[in-house]
Amino acid sequence: MEAKTVTPQDYRSQSKKLDRKKFWNDPILIAMIVIMVFFLTLFIVYPLVMLLSEALRSSDGHFTLDTIKETLNYVTFKTAFFNTLKLGLIVGVTSTVVGMLFAYIDVYVKTKTKILAGLFNVVATMPVVSPPFVLSLSLIMLFGRTGFITKSLFGLRTSGIYGLTGLIIVQTLTFFPVCYLTFKGLLKNIDPSIEEAARDIGASRMKVFTSVTLPLMLPGIGNAFLVTFIESIADFANPMIIGGNYDTLATSIYLQITGSLNKNIASAMALFLLLLTMALFLLQKYWLERKATATLTGKAARGRILIEDKGVRIPLSILAGAVSIFVIGLYVLIPIGSLFNLWGYDYSLTFKWYEYTFASGGAKQYTDSITLALISAPITSLMSMLIAWMVVKKKFALKGYIELVSMMAMAVPGIVLGIAYIRGFVTGVFHVAELFPRGQAPFWTLQGLYGTGALVVLVFIVRSLPVGTRNGIAALRQIDKSIEEAATDLGANSGKVFTSITLPLIKDSFISGLITSFVRSITAISAVILLVNPRVNLITYQISESANKGYYGAACAAATILILIVYAAILLLQIFTKYFGTSRYIKREE
Amino acid sequence: METKKKKGIVLDHISKIYQDPKTKKEFYAVNDVSLNIEPGEFVTLLGPSGCGKTTTLRMIAGFESPDIGEIYLGEEKINEKTPDKRDTAMMFQNYALFPHMNVFDNVAYGLKLRGFKKDEIREKVFAILDLVELKGMENRMTNQLSGGQQQRVALARALVVQPSVLLFDEPLSNLDANLRVQMRTEIRRIQQEVGSTAVYVTHDQSEAMSISDKIVVMNKGVIAQMGTPTEIYYRPASEFVASFIGEANYLRGTLISLDGENGVIEVLGRQIEAFCHQDKNPGDDAALMLRPESVTLGDEGALPARVVLSCFMGAYQNYHVMVGDNLIKITDYNPKGKKIYAVGDQAWLRFNPSDGTIL
Ligand SMILES: Nc1ncnc2c1ncn2[C@@H]1O[C@H](COP(=O)(O)OP(=O)(O)O)[C@@H](O)[C@H]1O
Ligand SMILES: [Mg+2]
Repeated sequence: MEAKTVTPQDYRSQSKKLDRKKFWNDPILIAMIVIMVFFLTLFIVYPLVMLLSEALRSSDGHFTLDTIKETLNYVTFKTAFFNTLKLGLIVGVTSTVVGMLFAYIDVYVKTKTKILAGLFNVVATMPVVSPPFVLSLSLIMLFGRTGFITKSLFGLRTSGIYGLTGLIIVQTLTFFPVCYLTFKGLLKNIDPSIEEAARDIGASRMKVFTSVTLPLMLPGIGNAFLVTFIESIADFANPMIIGGNYDTLATSIYLQITGSLNKNIASAMALFLLLLTMALFLLQKYWLERKATATLTGKAARGRILIEDKGVRIPLSILAGAVSIFVIGLYVLIPIGSLFNLWGYDYSLTFKWYEYTFASGGAKQYTDSITLALISAPITSLMSMLIAWMVVKKKFALKGYIELVSMMAMAVPGIVLGIAYIRGFVTGVFHVAELFPRGQAPFWTLQGLYGTGALVVLVFIVRSLPVGTRNGIAALRQIDKSIEEAATDLGANSGKVFTSITLPLIKDSFISGLITSFVRSITAISAVILLVNPRVNLITYQISESANKGYYGAACAAATILILIVYAAILLLQIFTKYFGTSRYIKREE
Repeated sequence: METKKKKGIVLDHISKIYQDPKTKKEFYAVNDVSLNIEPGEFVTLLGPSGCGKTTTLRMIAGFESPDIGEIYLGEEKINEKTPDKRDTAMMFQNYALFPHMNVFDNVAYGLKLRGFKKDEIREKVFAILDLVELKGMENRMTNQLSGGQQQRVALARALVVQPSVLLFDEPLSNLDANLRVQMRTEIRRIQQEVGSTAVYVTHDQSEAMSISDKIVVMNKGVIAQMGTPTEIYYRPASEFVASFIGEANYLRGTLISLDGENGVIEVLGRQIEAFCHQDKNPGDDAALMLRPESVTLGDEGALPARVVLSCFMGAYQNYHVMVGDNLIKITDYNPKGKKIYAVGDQAWLRFNPSDGTIL
């Protein structure tokens, strides 16, 4: 008997109706969806929409394109816009090239010792554990106006490091490790026999690299380039510290706001920055990421014959080794810098900068930073696991919305989020607090949030949610759906399945989400710099203040303490996962 | 182990439509399936891969919703119920044990959800582990168990909640052949002991034959035939069923007459009277289906045959013979002392027409 292939449309309506009924019989899932949609809408979509509405509104509240036109003709904006693009393009290219060099050496070249591999490892992990702007700080301390090399060694009073050059160096050194790790993964997946086949028919090593390896990697390269491009554009802290007169969109927006210039223009500028990163993000996500996974599938079948040729090995190793040592040196300079009396002038040893950081802000900056990061970490991690679970394992109407918003949040530059929060909450949701006498706005206007640590916690959550969600999704995809079905079948409702089966199975991912979000939060600056006030102080803010004032010792001391806190947290995580993690009983693919 | 009130299952004209992910065409994964499963009965869904067995099972469990039709558990319509509210327990093909729990916690999971007290849970879990012969294993993690042991944990986990209906989706397909035979007898024994109604999915016909009260043969989403193992084996409704269940020989000819279940078929000029399903008319092309062990060779008989293969297999002599254009395979059991025909010999086909079925 032949199965029929054409169906009247209304036949399928019964299963749809039944699925809907079953859905409404699951109040816990519904509650989760409502909470998530509410949170994402109020704390991600709404503030950004307010930004848009500010940019399209005249001072008396009418729709107008004047602000947009004004912004487009505004010299500050035009300069900043092109500066940002130029920097992003250059850093995208340099990071990709350096990352590729490191990955190639790591995967293809036989190194005599393990030292180089160790150096690479350190270089790759440092950017994760340190605040985003420490390299700027170190570079200024070496090559700035009072730099150790420029002034103390050569007696030069130069400010050449401030501006584009310094930015390119600092951003490249900060962002290339991500490219390196990406390429390393991709290169390892290339089957050596493809390249060896090319070698066999007489192609030189360079020829093999350019004609076989590189084309295979092309989508991956495009991907890494765009990711770095976005990072560079969204970067705020480095341009702030080492940018000098080279204004980028992120710093110009900040100056517009803090300099009490036109707020609507600031909103419009933020909007343009947002559109730029969104466009690049979409390009990366829906076009290149798909291609990258399409060309390289499966793992390499067997080992690769490593390059032993001295003519290749030695120069490459020396080059990469030198870069690594330079980068590590820059990080090491931070604790060193905190120990001298007055950098550039008086190199006598002292602990006074540690005393100073506690004297100036008290311990408040530390306790605030730690407390707020500690509060946001578990909430973020739990929420991202929940979102990941709903996205991977559940079917419901608003799933696409939840997935899209939590992913798109990744592309929102911190400074843009900061402004959006100000515009969105300073006078309550939709400015409703303006309808009430000063100081008497009721709770539901949410005006009370503004200026509190709670708002900072919300920003921390929004900033870390996408990363956590992405990791959660990856972890959940490895769990066979029948395990959860078995639990459901035995009588567990959605909530019970999540808490008793899903969460324990992705515990590793949950714990690492906890740490990632703690680290990201405590080292965050761009998104929160506009929300800092006497009631809420943050270490990162203090560091950047000290650096801008030229108190390098103070900046270094605070940064050293921050790095120690982060490092302690990571250590704690490793101990924790070792004893409580899931890897004991779940086989994972490497 | 006390048994509770048994419940039957009724599938009332169930269909499920899926979209082919590649061609985007909609098709019936399950097409107008009606079944009436008695309380306590062991029913097997048997058919080739992709014929809709799993989909049917998942509709009973509640993981999929039927596009047409209604499902009853006992007297109750259960179409709108979520899987956790249905009194069914399923054993999955890959066992789906909870990897973060030990054997005891795996088995106790369903009991905890039902709010049993601690010592009751202990009692029940130990009783069921005893039944599946896993005593003393309760503290093992599931990855420390062999395939057969894991399979029994999965069985215990499903049994311990004493569901009205037990659902099995090819539970033995990951085991090696010896263990498979052993486990299927065990599943049957335990099901009868517990008294739950069971729906069992497999593509292995010998498994289906040995374990079931009733077999439902499916093909491309529709029920090809439903009946006891003997009915399905000796009275298949179609050549598909006949060939899917064991070996089948066909003597092709024309149906001469049909009176009730008695048909007369003419094969190579000889008229043979045999059982015939009532979906045929006199004059139709037809075939007499005979199982290899229902046929032997002799020096005289119904139809002339030429031997093309003769092979001693120990338990039986294996022949291939040509009867006209029909290739007939014969397994002649206990051949010692019988006349053995060699390749090229002329012989006569001997069979009891009541063992055959006209298709
Ligand atoms: N979720 C689904 N979406 C689309 N097609 C499906 C889905 N599940 C099963 N199918 C298709 O339905 C048919 C029946 O599948 P299934 O019931 O799993 O078969 P069986 O268990 O008999 O091997 C197959 O063609 C299968 O590819
Ligand atoms: Mg199946």
